[in-house]
Amino acid sequence: MRRTISFRDFDWLLLAVVLLLCIISILEIYSATLHTKFVGFHTKQVFWVLGGLGAMFILSCINYHRLLGWIHWLYLFCLVSLAGVLVAGQRVMGARRWIRLPGGIHFQPSEWVKLILIIAVARYFANLARRELSWGDVAKAGLMVGIPMLLVLKQPDLGTSLTYFPVLLMGLFLGGLHWKKALILTVGALVLVVPVWYKVLKPYQKQRLTSFLNPDTDPRGSGYQVKQSLIAVGDGGLFGRGATKGTQTQGDFLPIPYTDFIFAAFSEEHGFVGAVFVLLLYFFVLMRLIQNAQTAADLSGTFLVMGVVAVISFQIAVNVGMVIGLMPVTGIPLPLMSYGGSSILFTFLALGIVMNVRMNRFVN
Amino acid sequence: MMNREEKLPAYKLSIVQYGIVAILLVLLSGLWRLQVVGAQNYRALAQENRIRKVPIMAPRGKLFDREGRLLVDNYPSISCFLIREQGRNIEADFPMIARGLDMTVDQLKSAVAHYRTSPKYQPIPLKQDITPDEQEFIAAHRDELPELEMISEQRRLYPRNGFAAHLIGYVGEVSDEMLNEPQYAYYEPGDVVGRSGVEQSYDQLLRGQDGSQDIIVDSRGRDVGTLGREPAIPGKDLKLTIDLDIQRAAEEALGDRNGAIVALDPHTGEVLALVSRPTFDPNDFAVRISRGDWDKLITDPNHPLMDKAIQAQLAPGSTFKIIMSVAGLQEGIAQNLHVDCQGGATFYGHFFACDQRHGLVTIHNAIPLSCDTYFYTLAQRLGIEKIAEWAHRLGLGQKTGIDLPGEVSGTVPSEQWKMRNFHQKWFAGETISVGIGQGALQVSPIQLARTIGGIASGGVFKRPHVVFPNELSTQYREAILDSYPGAGDVKVPIDPANWEIITEGMAAVTEPGGTAWGSHLEGIDFAGKTGTAQVISKNAGQNKIAANVADRPNAWFVGIAPRRNPDIIVVVLWQHGGWGSGSARMAAKVIETYVEKQRRLHHNVAQPPQPVEVGAVWSNPAHPDALGGRPLVRHAANQTDASMRAGHFFLHLPAGSAARPAPALFARRSLSQAASPAVYHAVNQDANRAANTAANGAASHAQNHAQNHAAGPVPARPAEVARLER
Repeated sequence: MRRTISFRDFDWLLLAVVLLLCIISILEIYSATLHTKFVGFHTKQVFWVLGGLGAMFILSCINYHRLLGWIHWLYLFCLVSLAGVLVAGQRVMGARRWIRLPGGIHFQPSEWVKLILIIAVARYFANLARRELSWGDVAKAGLMVGIPMLLVLKQPDLGTSLTYFPVLLMGLFLGGLHWKKALILTVGALVLVVPVWYKVLKPYQKQRLTSFLNPDTDPRGSGYQVKQSLIAVGDGGLFGRGATKGTQTQGDFLPIPYTDFIFAAFSEEHGFVGAVFVLLLYFFVLMRLIQNAQTAADLSGTFLVMGVVAVISFQIAVNVGMVIGLMPVTGIPLPLMSYGGSSILFTFLALGIVMNVRMNRFVN
Repeated sequence: MMNREEKLPAYKLSIVQYGIVAILLVLLSGLWRLQVVGAQNYRALAQENRIRKVPIMAPRGKLFDREGRLLVDNYPSISCFLIREQGRNIEADFPMIARGLDMTVDQLKSAVAHYRTSPKYQPIPLKQDITPDEQEFIAAHRDELPELEMISEQRRLYPRNGFAAHLIGYVGEVSDEMLNEPQYAYYEPGDVVGRSGVEQSYDQLLRGQDGSQDIIVDSRGRDVGTLGREPAIPGKDLKLTIDLDIQRAAEEALGDRNGAIVALDPHTGEVLALVSRPTFDPNDFAVRISRGDWDKLITDPNHPLMDKAIQAQLAPGSTFKIIMSVAGLQEGIAQNLHVDCQGGATFYGHFFACDQRHGLVTIHNAIPLSCDTYFYTLAQRLGIEKIAEWAHRLGLGQKTGIDLPGEVSGTVPSEQWKMRNFHQKWFAGETISVGIGQGALQVSPIQLARTIGGIASGGVFKRPHVVFPNELSTQYREAILDSYPGAGDVKVPIDPANWEIITEGMAAVTEPGGTAWGSHLEGIDFAGKTGTAQVISKNAGQNKIAANVADRPNAWFVGIAPRRNPDIIVVVLWQHGGWGSGSARMAAKVIETYVEKQRRLHHNVAQPPQPVEVGAVWSNPAHPDALGGRPLVRHAANQTDASMRAGHFFLHLPAGSAARPAPALFARRSLSQAASPAVYHAVNQDANRAANTAANGAASHAQNHAQNHAAGPVPARPAEVARLER
């Protein structure tokens, strides 16, 4: 007997922390764009967050089993939209990533592809549960994620295409991949990296992937970005320079301080204390998500939430890692913090699914 | 379809949780490393990123004449500097910069190479006084070339046509050789320093102190604000002892002739005028001089950069007879010396000629007649040691200590001097030549001015100087005295009777029968002494002007007014000018200007004269006023005047600008006056050449003499200008 779902079961605490992160983000975007031509982006971000909230509530009302049922159509839509971007996308700085929608809204399909892949992977592995994954299962899953990855890589958008990978990894891990197979796959992947490195990646992508190891070799290119980011974070010290007082942020030394490098800007202006606070908020969000995964009514619910966890934790690790010089510059935004409608919308839609999974936890 | 009983093993989610904790710990450790451990270092890097030190150039002090009339001014100009702090390798952009600034890539490279060792925050001067087009280029390429910085500087504006150029000097970038010298220890490459004249000797006062500004820039090098500001301390304005009217008269009197004129106030040693010819235009140095122009200046056989007033070392000719007379009278020999001049005499087996048969000559008429035979005889009686002793005591063979760089000390030959420098014995015949100011004897115009001015003042010798000592702090005054050592202020007792004999003799020089009678100034007590110094030791053509200009004798004249305790002494050197009487006419013009000015002042005590605004004479030649030749009334201080341009300022010195027609008596030229003899004999040619090297030794010798004679008659400063009149 199915109980009616109720917003009483909505994860209000999780939402509160998420909104706190959004407020911090909006304030930092305000500070980082204060002396640039992007001034006023924080108000746009407010609208994106409000829009995201709306989308989240709508999606949380749709039973996730329905989403799982629509997956074939969704996956087809995902492939079509990615192909559409390649054919008719808006070219910005040499890459076709954007689709212009009527009303002047630009959208990055690669963001919602993330969501669709989470659903697809969740459904696939949930169905395979309780038996050990065969090579065929792995190959199918690999293809399922690999095709959109290649399409996005073709745009070219290395960063976003990489974010699809943890979804697959999480699915394989939770789906029950034998450790021997995992080992073989790892070795195989390493072997595969070599032709990808030489054939698929463009020179600037390669340089971006390596220059973080030694920023001084390329002081004006991506190495410059890493260097300025490190200076910004270090300049923050323990308590930060104060809001709107970061010289690296305000002096335009820090590259795109309102999107990819927003964590550097925040760290400069609010210091170690502020940065740790934000990381703890993220930690809370992730733990809360995992808790929701545990309490999910069924395997597919768990897989859905864990897919979201995989994407968000990967993006945090890569983005913050990039800001503090531990990871290459890949153009992966920081969820909930970086300016950008597509990214915000994805995060809130993903949260909508999580909320639905949570609200359905007592069903049955 | 879905099995709702399924649950994942709990450990798998725990593994994910631990994985997330591990990731966060790694990120936290990274933040700790940057923000807690490395905070200081990164704070410094952030400061370096955004703060750019831009120098604020201190304007150099202006120079005024003794009445406060402007001699040297500044004008604003823009220079282009290269900032290196950004750390970018700019070499790749050199072709573009070279095009925009109208330079060559090699010039840029050498400029950068020159500053290789300087600290990074110090900007490299690329080009000075850039044109509006070049400024536009820099402004338009701010984004691509943020390293190019425009800095406003004050540049020197000198009188044109080399007016007082040697006195004032010029400024230029400090050279590498200068930087190695101790007095330039605190200078940096690229600093602008005085390279000659007052600009050099008073550089430390004039230069002021550059300030700096910390400008906040963004990543493209655009200014977004100012942090700190250390204002520049402007250089001190200096009042020179020069009198612009006298200087102008001297400039005009010398004209284009090769030589020098010095006018002093013997009471104080104040230099009233200092001219050297040929001259140069210091405005050419204000912006970096082109190699071609520079080569032309330094290879010119007439040495335009040489300040002949203090750097020419030449035989004084008959002007030395004043010194001989002092020596002869003070030693008690000349009073009783009577010589029958028969056109020369034989000494030590050689015939030494005089230019005329003067008949009976005593000390009273020896000076106006400039009789060589008399002074040959006197020299023989005195002997070279006594002559050298008196010459030293009266200030020859040593620097005067004038506060201008590069003064020479001249040469006073003696037995000791010759032995030391040539390892040869003194020939008695050489003494005879020295007696008439020839031979190895060498003096500079400024020495002659101090020495003869001092003799005419009854033995009170003053250090010549171009800046009033009371303009300077005690400390700086002492530093100047240390830096420019010389004979200084000395009193040498001269018997008043002898003083009168000599000054009366000098007065007779401009009387009928004197050698400079042609320069007689009616109503002015104008005394002096001519000198015609051989430049070659030949007897040929002794009584006529040599055909070859370079062989003509140097024409000297020393003029004073009035004859005793003179208010002004003028020394004229006209190289290869022929006869001393020609120089006398130049001196007469200067003295006349001076006396007329004094009379004017005297008669208008209640109403001081309006200063002539020197600034009014600068203008753009393209300006209609300038072409029209009408008198310009434009003030140089009005620096915003659009018609002004670097290095193109004009000092109008038309014939009428002195506002006085030439006196009629100058028209009545007389060449009938006897000139000094053209004979000089048996002088070792090597002695002439080596005289320079001997100069220093002679100077120290002379100083010992000077110290032994501290007391002497102090002539009273005349209160009345009327004294100048006969």
